Amino acid sequence: MEKSCVSIKIELDIVAARQLGRELAKQVGFSVVDQARFATAVSELARNIYLYADQGEISFDIIKNMNQSGLRLTATDKGPGIRDISQVMQDGYTTSGGLGAGLPGVRRLMDDFDIISEENIGTTVTVVKWKR
Amino acid sequence: MDTKFKKIVFENSDMIVNMWMKEIETLKDGNYTSSVSDELFESTNREFVNVIFSSIQHRGSTHVVEDFSEKLINLGWPLSYITDGLQVFRRVTIDFILSHTERIDSTYISELIRSVDLWTEPLIRQLVNEYSGSWEHIVSLQRVALQELSAPLIPVMDNITIMPLIGTIDTERAKLIMENLLDGVIKHNSEVVLMDITGVPVVDTMVAHHIIQAAEAVRLIGSTCILVGIRPEIAQTIVNLGINLDKFPTQSSLKKGFSAALNMTGRDIVENQAKHKQIQDMIDSLSRE
Repeated sequence: MEKSCVSIKIELDIVAARQLGRELAKQVGFSVVDQARFATAVSELARNIYLYADQGEISFDIIKNMNQSGLRLTATDKGPGIRDISQVMQDGYTTSGGLGAGLPGVRRLMDDFDIISEENIGTTVTVVKWKR
Repeated sequence: MDTKFKKIVFENSDMIVNMWMKEIETLKDGNYTSSVSDELFESTNREFVNVIFSSIQHRGSTHVVEDFSEKLINLGWPLSYITDGLQVFRRVTIDFILSHTERIDSTYISELIRSVDLWTEPLIRQLVNEYSGSWEHIVSLQRVALQELSAPLIPVMDNITIMPLIGTIDTERAKLIMENLLDGVIKHNSEVVLMDITGVPVVDTMVAHHIIQAAEAVRLIGSTCILVGIRPEIAQTIVNLGINLDKFPTQSSLKKGFSAALNMTGRDIVENQAKHKQIQDMIDSLSRE
């Protein structure tokens, strides 16, 4: 199983993460639309790390099971954490003056979505896009 | 002590240089300089070792070092060549002096290491500074160059202006886009601004947010912003993200956006009938022959 990481420290790292994500999406054989979806999700999660946790890590792995292959993206940070997850999953909720579409949007862009967060410990978001 | 070491080194400089050259030669293969011709490699090595010796002699003569580092930077040689070279020089010199001394105790060794370190330290510092200085210079130049490219505004017709966006939009660039857009709208007195995002690789919520804000600001000063160049896959991701872009008009291509802009400013594209007729006449006359 392949795995690759990008650490997010400065705003430019978001671009690096997105480019790696797009490259891998191409490798797995995603359609152009799914490549764009995946790259957008990477951008979104990387930006969340940069905005709220200051620094963290984005890692990718290509996953294969019996009849399908896909790309898993894990965004980890040791930031302030999220107090109320159901609140941030609502459209339009934001603490930074943005659109508040990031996390709910990512959930719609991807096939599997999982978020674990503990206050003052950090947040891990794991998402999977399957090849169709 | 230091002068004694120096004396040994300068009296036996030929031998030390030869030992150094041999060691450096082994680093060539599989390392940084494998693509360089042997002659160039050897001549550069000789120059390098001369620089080292003259620097030790003159306690860091900056002029020679400067010229040498400039040459290496221009040739594009890696910094590791310099650090390796000086490391090897230290090793070789210490070995040499130790092998030419009869009575060795621990104070002697520590004195020796100290002396040799003091010879090479200013050299390392200066060369590394020259290198990183040149990188910083390049980065700052590129930043300025990028800034010039980042948000151009093109007045194409009376009242119609186009802003093509290419590449990633980050916070700094978004600010620049907003400023240029508003300045340009006032300056060119444009009624319609076409913002073209064909070259923007990804539209996430932040990029969309900045675009919406810019378009809203344009609306406040009395103009209309049309978002053009929305590729199909970008349209789908925007819908998936749940971003609402219905406050201002959008078009798939710059071409369509431009005709919409003409329409909004009460104009139309008309084909030149006279010219058309001329060509038709020519074709007719040809077919008659």
